[in-house]
This record gives sequence, C-alpha cells and structure tokens, in this order.
Amino acid sequence: MSLRTPRARPPHARPPGEPRTIGWLYVLPALLVYAVFLLWPLVRGVWFSLYDWDGVSAGTWAGLSNYAETLTDPSLRAAFGHALILAVFYAIVPCLIAFVLVAIISRTRVRGLAVFRTVLFLPQVVAMVAVAVAWQWVYSADGPVNTVLRGLHRLGLPDWSRGWLGDFTFALPAVGLIGTWVEIGLAMVLFLAGVQKIPRELFEAARIDGAGPVREFLAVTLPALRRELAVALTLTTIAALRNFDLVYITTKGGPGDSTKVPAYEVYNRAFNTGEVGLACAIGVTLAVLVFAVTAAVGRLAEGRPGEAP
Amino acid sequence: MLKPVGRLLAASVLVAGAVACAPGADGGRPGGRAPSEVSTEVAKAGQVTLTVWDQEVQGGQRAQIERLNAGFQAKYPNVRIHRVARSFSDLQKTLRLALSGGDPPDVVQANQGYASMGQFVKAGMLLPLTPYDRVYGWRKRYPKALTDLNSVSPDGRSIGTGDLYGVSLNGEIVGIYVNREKLARLGIGPPRTWAEFERALAAAKGKGELPVVFGNLEKLPAMQTYGVIQDQLAGKDPVRSLIFGTGGKWTDGPNVQAARTLADWAERGYFNKDANAVKWDDTPVDFAKGQGVFMIGGNWWAADLQKKMGAKAGFMAPPPAQAGAPPTTMGGESLPFSITSKSRHPDVAAAYIDYITSPQAMDVSVETGNLPALAAPSKRPEGALTKDVAAAWAELSKGDGITPYIDYATPGLADTLGGPLQELIAGRTTPEKALEAAQRDYEEFLKGK
Repeated sequence: MSLRTPRARPPHARPPGEPRTIGWLYVLPALLVYAVFLLWPLVRGVWFSLYDWDGVSAGTWAGLSNYAETLTDPSLRAAFGHALILAVFYAIVPCLIAFVLVAIISRTRVRGLAVFRTVLFLPQVVAMVAVAVAWQWVYSADGPVNTVLRGLHRLGLPDWSRGWLGDFTFALPAVGLIGTWVEIGLAMVLFLAGVQKIPRELFEAARIDGAGPVREFLAVTLPALRRELAVALTLTTIAALRNFDLVYITTKGGPGDSTKVPAYEVYNRAFNTGEVGLACAIGVTLAVLVFAVTAAVGRLAEGRPGEAP
Repeated sequence: MLKPVGRLLAASVLVAGAVACAPGADGGRPGGRAPSEVSTEVAKAGQVTLTVWDQEVQGGQRAQIERLNAGFQAKYPNVRIHRVARSFSDLQKTLRLALSGGDPPDVVQANQGYASMGQFVKAGMLLPLTPYDRVYGWRKRYPKALTDLNSVSPDGRSIGTGDLYGVSLNGEIVGIYVNREKLARLGIGPPRTWAEFERALAAAKGKGELPVVFGNLEKLPAMQTYGVIQDQLAGKDPVRSLIFGTGGKWTDGPNVQAARTLADWAERGYFNKDANAVKWDDTPVDFAKGQGVFMIGGNWWAADLQKKMGAKAGFMAPPPAQAGAPPTTMGGESLPFSITSKSRHPDVAAAYIDYITSPQAMDVSVETGNLPALAAPSKRPEGALTKDVAAAWAELSKGDGITPYIDYATPGLADTLGGPLQELIAGRTTPEKALEAAQRDYEEFLKGK
C-alpha cells in the first residue's frame, strides 16, 4: 500500500498498528486487577506449596516434597484419576449427545425450538449447589431413579435399585451423569449457533448427491463445527477438572475415597486436616493439568495451525 | 501479550522471592503468653466492645447464648458484645484466617482436637487461661475429663495435658435413641446390658423391623457408631489412651472386635440398606417418621425429636456389659470459648467466659432446651426425651464414663478410618484391614509428635 511507503511516514513514527508503549496505560487498570486477584495469589500459592504449613503457625521449608506426595499418595493419585473419568462424563458424553440433538434439529423443523433450547440450557443457569441438592434427591433411596427401577423389578427385571451416591462402584458415574446433564445444554447451544452459519446450499448439495443423514452429518455439519467443538470441549473439560461443589454436596468424596477429586482435596487438606502446603501443591498440579489438557483439546479439535478451517 | 505477561510473572516471582519468608512467620505475634496480672473489675474497664465469634446458631443454642449475652451486658453496661454467629462448618473455614489476621475477635469458639485448637495453640493464637483459672476456678468447677479436652500442650500436639485454653457451656454425648412404641410392640423391655441390646436388635430384625436407622454418607456417623461399640468392647481407659496417643494401637484385639461387630450388624441387616448413601441429617428425620427401633446419635438431636415424637422417643446411654455397672460412651462438651492472644481486653473476655459458664448459665441452658455441661442448680428439663438425656449425662458424669471423640486422635482420621469403615459396612473390606489403615495414619502422626 502506498501509505506505508517510507516517504509518507513522519520521522520517528512507526507503522500504524505496531504496538506502542502507551498501550500499556490503556490495559493498566485491567492488568492491575488481574495481577492483584490472579497473578499474585498464583505466585503465593506456588510459594506456599513449597512449605509444610498448617495455615496458622510458621511453616517449614519442604522443597518439592508436597509435589512428591501429590504424585505418590495413592488417594491423591486416585483423585486425579477420578477427575479424568469425570472429564469423560462432563465433556465427551455431552458433546456426543449434543451432536445427535443438533443433527436431528438441523435436518428437521422442530416446533417450539426456542422452548426446547431454553429447557436444555437451563441447567447451565441454575447454581451448581441447587443442581447438586436436586440430584441428591433424584438418586436417594426413595427418589425417582430408584422408584423407576423398583417398578421395573416388579415387571420381572432384576432389582437394580441402590443407594447410588453411597455405592462404591456407581457413585462416581452417578456424579458424572449430573455433569453430563448440566453440560449438554452448553454444548448444544454452541453447536446450534455453529450450524446456523452453515450455508443451506451445502446441505442441499449433499442431499442432491444422495447423502443420508449420517453421511450428511459427517461431511457437512461436523467439519463446520470444529471450532465450536473446541470451545465446548475446553469449557466442559475445565468444568470437570475443577469440579468441587458437586462432590462436596453430593458425596463429600465418599464412599471411601471413590469420588474424591483434586479440587475437593484442596479444600479438605487446607481446611479439614490443616495441610495448607500440600493443598497448594495439589492446586498447582491441578492448574498445570488443566492447562495441558485444554491445550491438547485445542490442538486436537482445531487441527494444526496451518489447516484451520 | 504472552511475552509481557510472562515478564510480569517472572517479576512477581522475583518480588515474592525478595519478600520471601516462611508463610505464617511474618508479623509480630505475642506468642500466646499468659498475662502476669489479672483484673476481675470489669466495671472499671471503661467502654469496651468485645467481639465474640460463636457457632451457636441452632434453635435452643442460639436462644441460650443470646440470653447470656444480654445478661452480661446488663450486668456490665460499659461492655458491648459484638456477636458474630456462623454455622459450625462456616466457622471452621473462616476462623483460621481470622485468627492469623491482625485484628482477630476477642473470644472465639475453637473446636477441640489437633486440627483446630492444637494448631492455634502451637501458633500462639490463643491465650493460656491458667492465670484466669486461678481466679475463677474453672478447673474446680468442671470435672477433669472435660477440662482435659480443652487443654493442649504448648506445641499443640498433646491434648489432655498443658494449659487450659477454653471453657465449654454444654455437654455432648452419643447415646441410643429408642422408639418406645415399637419396642413395646415387639414385646422387648429397654435393654439393660449390651448383650440384651444386641438381642433386641436381632429380635427386631426377626420381626421385620429395621433395628437401627443409620445414615453414613459423611463417614463421621460410622465413626461415632464404631466409637460407641469400641467403648463397650475395649473399655474407657484403653480408648482414652489410644485417642490421646499415650498407648495402644487401632489394631489391638478389642478395637478389631468392635469393627467386626459393626460389620456383622451391617451384614445381618441391622442397618438400613445403602446406609452409605443416606445423609446424616436425614437419619433423625427418618427415625421421627417411624423408621428404626433404635438410632445411635448425639444428644444434639434431642430437642428436635422431642418436638416431633413427644413421649414416643427415649434416650439412654449404651447399656454396660453388666447390668448396673456404670455406662461408657463417646462424648464431651460443646465447642469451648477461648480468648485470642491479640485481644485488647483479655480481662473482660475472661469475665465473659466465666459469666456464660457460671451455675446461673447452666440454668439458662436447661431453660432453652440444652444439655448443660454441669448440673443446673435450680432448673430441671421438662420434656420426656430431654429428661432422658439429662439423666444419661448425669449418670455418665458420675461414673466418669465419657471417652473423647475418636477423630481427635489424628487430624486425618475422618479419611483414614471413616473411609475404610464405609467399605466395611459395604462388605468390601475386613475389620483387620480397615483398622490397619487407621493405624498407619496414627503411627505417622505420632512419629511427628
């Protein structure tokens, strides 16, 4: 462009759009808030994680031993494993279900779509504490799930009713399914928005070429939703890994250690057993894990930088 | 943007490194020194605002503390009490931060045990009450078993020795609630011995009743039930030395036997199915609805059950091995009131603590439906159930039959014993293995002592 020729520039000027120092002044207020409420606590958290500290008396230097304990203590390792299992229930299952719903909606005209969308999105709006209390009732001994199962038992099926949240095998999946229920709406709303940008001609072309619903979904809808998928997976995975409220209210990590998750252990170690240093180490490890997983999800769903859609 | 942020982060690390010292070491702490002179002349202290953090938020307890606060302020018009009330669990979460801050409250309710009071004492945040005790005579007022629970060694690692750090208002015991109507229908009299109690459980089961209503989602209920059984099988002295860390192992014979009893009860169906899935708070609700002939639980449910069940509900200390012998059970006292080291009015605070634990205060406790730690001089409880509770407390106090809560033993026992007990109830582990887990945690904790 002619404007960018050296002659057109006054002396000492820089090309328009180049970063200028004054830019820092503009972001300063936001940066200050960010530094005070995020970076500083993060630095302090890392610092505390290097000490044996009960939260009140003077701490003693512990080096990396808190991290060693985080990685070797069987119950803490199990907690990280549980978080990854929950990620399946929070991220992968809701995205799959949302895809099916979106595929159906994008092919057919659904009457009252707005209502349908609102209802599915509702769990996202309700406070997690309320969700947890409601589901505790759903899973309770005389709650709807067991009532239905007992009904089936009367029809001749085996008795599948049980105390879901107190069962060593089923407590974790039961908590996970609450997450699935919550996250479907988010994934679906994201995907629906994405689908609406796809030109209708593409669907028509696919149908003229004789594609069935599955083929059409794989060839047209899915590739177009790559970015929405990345966003949905990132948000839901983070929600899964940092899950605290749901576990705190429904199971308190039990029965045994079977639903312990890292975020719950951060709380438990800091406030119940007074191991603040270890709690910080768990928190830092969790943060690193969240970064790693979300970076991987971004890579996977968006593809390599060169081939982004 | 990544680069500048990275630079900022690096700078912050540098700053942190520059100001670095061990967390908790900063700030001049008085170190929990006892005052050399004590004044009991509250009226001459001038205008004083006393900030008190308590967790007496439930019905009768709230009424009790409000009346006592009003009484103290009426007695000393120059003192204003600024009360901050929080639920038990909220207080646990905020107290740690409040105490380490620069301007903590004057009087706090710090929970007994290593995880709270022990750590606060070690950090020098609570005032040793010994000089005040010399003036007010709290150790004389209370039985030793109760003052022991509020006494901690200076390093915070031994409970039951060292200075006194707090005084409690109310008593707490875990006992057996009885649905009298059901018991009568089964044709069983109130069990007088532990063996009779176990026979009553079997008889109830045989007639299609649920013997014990039990909710153990939180792990703590099973620890209390285990503790009650342990008291009967092991006896009070071994249990006390185990919990205070002065002798014994969790894997000792009677302790394992107690776990086996718990497992047997679960296996025979004495508890409701899926007890691990039922919330603790739902247990008394279910009991009031008519589930269960018995319920093992603390006296803190009595006021509520009195309202819901009236004369149908009864309460007793766990029956002893031999009829007529003094009973034993787990219990103690409500959260003690302590003075913080940074309080500017420790003398007024001590007078306040003395006032709310005086004999007159015990009368207030009875009038507001609570169980006072000491016998009330002139008031008697009214409801049938609260009368039962008071009688059980009196009997236990007389025979020195109260053992401390077992989760005082180590800070992590709720996980290392509570979790395995859940497995035991679900039939997934053996009594031996369950207690080995507790013993490992216990040994590790004692090593640091």
